Amino acid sequence: MRLVVDLNRCQGYAQCAFLAPDVFTMHGEEALMYDPQADDTQRENVRRAADACPVKAITLDYEDRPAAAGKAGGSGVG
Amino acid sequence: MSVDGHLEALRREGRIVIVGASLAGLRAAETLRAEGFTGTLTLVGDEPHEPYDRPPLSKQVLLGKVPADHTRLPRRRPIDAQWRLGSAATGLDLAARRVRLADGDTLDYDRLLIATGVRARPWPHELEAELDGVFVLRTQDDAARLHHRLAAGPRRVLVIGAGFTGSEIASACREREVPVTVAERAAAPLVGALGGVVGEVAAELQRAHGVDLRCGVLVTGLEGDSAGRVRKAHFSDGSAVEADIVVVALGATRNTEWLADSGLGAGPRGIACDAGCRAFDVRGIVTDDVFVAGDVARSPHPLFGYQFLSLEHWGNAVAQAEVAAHNMVSASAERRPHLWMPSFWSAQFGVNIKSVGVPPMADQILVSQGSLAEHRFTAAYGYQGRVIAAVTFDQAKWLDFYERQIEQAAPFPPEFTTVDRRPEGHQPVSAGFPDPSQPTHGPTVTLSGYSPTDRRVSFTPRRA
Ligand SMILES: Cc1cc2nc3c(=O)[nH]c(=O)nc-3n(C[C@H](O)[C@H](O)[C@H](O)COP(=O)(O)OP(=O)(O)OC[C@H]3O[C@@H](n4cnc5c(N)ncnc54)[C@H](O)[C@@H]3O)c2cc1C
Ligand code: SF4
Repeated sequence: MRLVVDLNRCQGYAQCAFLAPDVFTMHGEEALMYDPQADDTQRENVRRAADACPVKAITLDYEDRPAAAGKAGGSGVG
Repeated sequence: MSVDGHLEALRREGRIVIVGASLAGLRAAETLRAEGFTGTLTLVGDEPHEPYDRPPLSKQVLLGKVPADHTRLPRRRPIDAQWRLGSAATGLDLAARRVRLADGDTLDYDRLLIATGVRARPWPHELEAELDGVFVLRTQDDAARLHHRLAAGPRRVLVIGAGFTGSEIASACREREVPVTVAERAAAPLVGALGGVVGEVAAELQRAHGVDLRCGVLVTGLEGDSAGRVRKAHFSDGSAVEADIVVVALGATRNTEWLADSGLGAGPRGIACDAGCRAFDVRGIVTDDVFVAGDVARSPHPLFGYQFLSLEHWGNAVAQAEVAAHNMVSASAERRPHLWMPSFWSAQFGVNIKSVGVPPMADQILVSQGSLAEHRFTAAYGYQGRVIAAVTFDQAKWLDFYERQIEQAAPFPPEFTTVDRRPEGHQPVSAGFPDPSQPTHGPTVTLSGYSPTDRRVSFTPRRA
């Protein structure tokens, strides 16, 4: 599954790193690093992380979109 | 046909061509479909790859955490496009509304979006640039090759140019415990983007992490061995360093050559457009059907004195693509201006660097929170008595506040009190941007003055 994090928006509170530690990790005090092509076994974790991100900085491929988040945050294509 | 009917027909069965199949191109394509465009959509890209994300190339990829071909961008929706990957656009006929491709094909359009971005400026000496071991870093293929060589355990890497890309590469090398020398012609790293005061912090960071940092020097030549592999670099101060990898990080050149003679206002500084992303032609008249977005665009911003800004920023590419796409299929009354607040991030030597506004426009700086010596601070930048930008080192949570200060043209030096203000933050000092006639490498913002009095902040790219 493909994902991208808008690191302008990201506040580095590590919510995602808590929910999907194999995909998102903190690098130093507050920089976030992530695997942009996460393993399929991580699908559920990553979806949960994307849902939980308080600033909706995580974009997933459309097939992987959490059903509830039809309009992910300010990624504003609507 | 009425104007409305024309627009209706365009949205239903028009032909839209996007040249440049990367971040801006993809996000524009998605927005067009999201806005109900059902006509033919063609994406032209000279790289053979599907749109991928560049920021991880100098970070996760060089660290070996992510393979170079694993950064393909997620899709926000199906775009049902015709892809012309691996084929460059070579010409534009404005009158006939036609794009020419390298393979001889032509594409007719009703609306065209140009999102051809920039490319790495190569080492200017051609024979030296061809030596084995000399790299640039802009594309996925560049990153794959460089990572491969870093993984083989080089004896020393030389990075030429300490802008963001050069500094991130040096950081990745150190994290991999590869010896690295950085050569920068300015007095400190990041000076062109963030000024001398913050540049000094960047210099300390590099040295603290074991980078052999050489500022105020030019690399005068690269030397190869009999097998054509790079071995040594010579500096303007007479010194030399032995390196088996050289990464040239001297900033970028805008991909506009294919538009020469097209009649579009396209040149080395990019393609000028209005706030609605419509490109100007060479007469300074805005076009109706040609739009631009991303790194290749240069657009006026009222918050910054209507200066034309060229931003090499990820967030700008996304935001401008969305506005351009919306405007391409909207009536003039419904068009939106692209008034994005310039913002970017960088991660290097374990520090999260973030910026809002346009630091290179500033004359003064004030460390409003934290301390330079601790490498953890917020600095506000002032221009003619107002806040024009802010930069944080590991204090990103404060940026939203400063963003509002910039939007409100709040006075500088700031009148508000802050937590954690240290003595060094009591008085503004000169921000220390170098003389613009002596450009540093790799600006992330290129300003071009709209009035002669502002010429001192204009930037003249070095001729490659
Ligand atoms: C290593 C690296 C690290 C970065 N890190 C950050 C960061 O941390 N933060 C940040 O804000 N930004 C960062 N950026 C900048 C960010 O990646 C760019 O702002 C963004 O990619 C711009 O997108 P774009 O679509 O406008 O242009 P590009 O991504 O440059 O895409 C343009 C595309 O058009 C293609 N093209 C060019 N000419 C033609 C032609 N004639 N015909 C067809 N196709 C053509 C190009 O090959 C390219 O694929 C980084 C960039 C790099 C290279
Ligand atoms: S949850 Fe969102 S804001 Fe927090 S670190 Fe992850 S991406 Fe950033």
